[in-house]
Amino acid sequence: MAKVISDETIEYVGILAKLELQEEEKEQAKKDMAVMLDYIDKMKELDTEGIEPMSHIFSVNNVFREDIVTNGDDRENILANAPLKKNGMFNVPKTFE
Amino acid sequence: MDILDFTAVGLADEIKKGEVSAQEAVEAVFSRIDNCEDELNCYISFDRMEAVKRAQQVQKAIEAGEIHSSLAGVPVAIKDNICTKGMKTTCASKILQNFVPTYSAHAVKCLEEAGAVIIGKTNMDEFAMGSTTETSFTGPTKNPWNTACVPGGSSGGSAAAVAAGECYYALGSDTGGSIRQPAGYCGIVGMKPTYSTVSRYGLIAYGSSLDQIGPLCKDVTDCANILEVITSYDEKDSTSARRKDASFTEALVDDVKGMRIGIPKEYFGKGLEPEISAAVLKAAALLEEKGAIIEEFNLTLTDYAIPAYYTIASAEASSNLERFDGIKYGYRTEVYEGLHNMYKKTRSEGFGGEVKRRIMLGSFVLSSGYYDAYYLKALRVKALIKQEFDKAFSKYDVILGPVAPQTAPKLGESLTEPLKMYLGDIYTISANLTGIPGISVPCGIDSKGLPIGLQLLGDCFREKNIIRTAYAYEQARGKFAGPDVSGCEHSLYEVE
Repeated sequence: MAKVISDETIEYVGILAKLELQEEEKEQAKKDMAVMLDYIDKMKELDTEGIEPMSHIFSVNNVFREDIVTNGDDRENILANAPLKKNGMFNVPKTFE
Repeated sequence: MDILDFTAVGLADEIKKGEVSAQEAVEAVFSRIDNCEDELNCYISFDRMEAVKRAQQVQKAIEAGEIHSSLAGVPVAIKDNICTKGMKTTCASKILQNFVPTYSAHAVKCLEEAGAVIIGKTNMDEFAMGSTTETSFTGPTKNPWNTACVPGGSSGGSAAAVAAGECYYALGSDTGGSIRQPAGYCGIVGMKPTYSTVSRYGLIAYGSSLDQIGPLCKDVTDCANILEVITSYDEKDSTSARRKDASFTEALVDDVKGMRIGIPKEYFGKGLEPEISAAVLKAAALLEEKGAIIEEFNLTLTDYAIPAYYTIASAEASSNLERFDGIKYGYRTEVYEGLHNMYKKTRSEGFGGEVKRRIMLGSFVLSSGYYDAYYLKALRVKALIKQEFDKAFSKYDVILGPVAPQTAPKLGESLTEPLKMYLGDIYTISANLTGIPGISVPCGIDSKGLPIGLQLLGDCFREKNIIRTAYAYEQARGKFAGPDVSGCEHSLYEVE
C-alpha cells in the first residue's frame, strides 16, 4: 500500500528535526519519506511477538568512572571553533525576554 | 622497486633496515598526490609541511630505537569524520567546514604512538551517509580504476587514496559497509572489526550502535598489523571491550584445513551480477582446494536487514546530529530571528540533502505514535537477525559471499534513487546490525575492468578466523595488481 505523507506530518517532523524546508524541498521530502516507509514496512511481514527489542549487541551495563578532569584547560582552542563569541564566552541569541 | 609499491608493513621494514627513510616515503606520497589529486579528489585537506616535519621526527625516533612498531614511519590518511587535534575535521559537511578538533580520536593516538605519519583527511559522504562519496560538500572522489566511476562510500576517499598510492593505508569508518564496500570497489583490503574493538572516541557519531573504525590497506598482512595497533580498551568509549586476544598478526597463517565456511544462498540471488558471483565462487573453490570445508546454507532474514538498518541508523543519526546547532562550533546562519529560527536555518543551510533525508526519517520513526511500529519493531527484527547469525556461527567459522551486488557504478547514477542505493548495502549491513567483523578482499576484475570484492564474515571477537581465511586466499590468489596511475592525467581512462 503506497503511503501518503500529509503536510501536517512533514511540518511536525520538521519541528522535531529542527529543519526548515523550502516548498520544493518539502514536496520531495514527502515523496522520499513515503517511499522509505513503504519499504521499511516490509518488517511487518515478520512475526516478532515475544521478541525483546535488542538495543545493545553485547550485554553492557552502565559503565562508570570517576569524574576527574584529565584534559586540562582548553578554553581558547574550544572557543576558536565558536561561530560567534564575546568576552571569552559563546555568543547566543536571546533565549528569554 | 618503486617506493610506492611497498605495502605498509613492507615500507616499515625498509625504513627499519635503513633502505629508505620516512621522509622519502612522505615525499613519494606527495609527488603522487601532485600528479593525481586534481583528478581523483581523495583528500579534503592535507598538510605537506606538517607531514614532512613529523616524518623527520619519526625517522629520528626509529633510528634511536624508540619506536619498534610494524607501521613506524609509514604515511597514513584519516577519514574526515575522525578527529585529529589541530587538523580540520569536516565530515565533508558545510556545517563543520571550519571545525578544528581540540583532541585526537583514540585510534589516531594509537597510530601516532606507533610512529604513523598523517598525510591528511580523506573525502567521504557527508556524515558518512551514502555509498558513493558523492554527497560530500567538497565534491565527489573518483575511482582510480576508472575516473567515470565512484570509489564507493562512505570511506571512498580513504579507499581511492590507498588504491592510487596517495597514502600507504588509511582509516575509515563502517556503519553499514562504509569500509568494506569502497575497499571492494577500489580493489584493496578493508575491514570492519567486531563492534567495541576500536574505540569510537573522536569518531563523529552517525549510528552509535553500528559505527566502527577500521583499516583500508593493500593486503591482509597490513590489515592485521593495523588492526593490532588500533585495538585497545578505552575508558572514554563506554562500549569499548577489553579484548583478551588481540594478536591478530598471529592469524597470518597459510592454512585453512578444516575451516568450516558457509555460503548463504540468499547472497547469490536476484540482483547479483553474474561475473561477481563467478569470481566469489571461484575464491571459495580455491579455499576448498586448500582444505576448507565449504557448505551452502540459508540466511532467510537477509531481505529484512536493510529496512531494520535504515530505521535504526536514521533514528540514531537524528539524535546524534542534534548537536549541530550553530552555537559551539561549525556553521551558523547569517540572518535569523531568535534562537529557534537560528537553529532551524543553521541546520537547513548546513546539512546536505541526504543528511536531511535521514534526520527526517529518524525523527519520524522515533516520534510518539510511530516509535513502537518502526523503531522498536526494527530492534526486534535486529534480535531475530542476530539469532540467525548466532545459529550460523555454531556451524561455520566463516561466512563467505560478495561485498556488493555490483562493481563500482558510474558517477551520478545512484543519487537520483536513494532506495536503489540503499539496496546495494544488502551483503554488508547485517555485520553492523549484529556487531560481527567482516573483511573485503579483491578477488577478480570484471569485463568493465573494475575490481570485484570477496567478503568474509566471522563471529563476534573471531577476527582471527577471517584474517586467516583471507590470508590463505590471498596466498592462493597471488598478487593483485592495482590500477595504473603512472602519470595520472595520461593513463586514467574513461569507459563509455
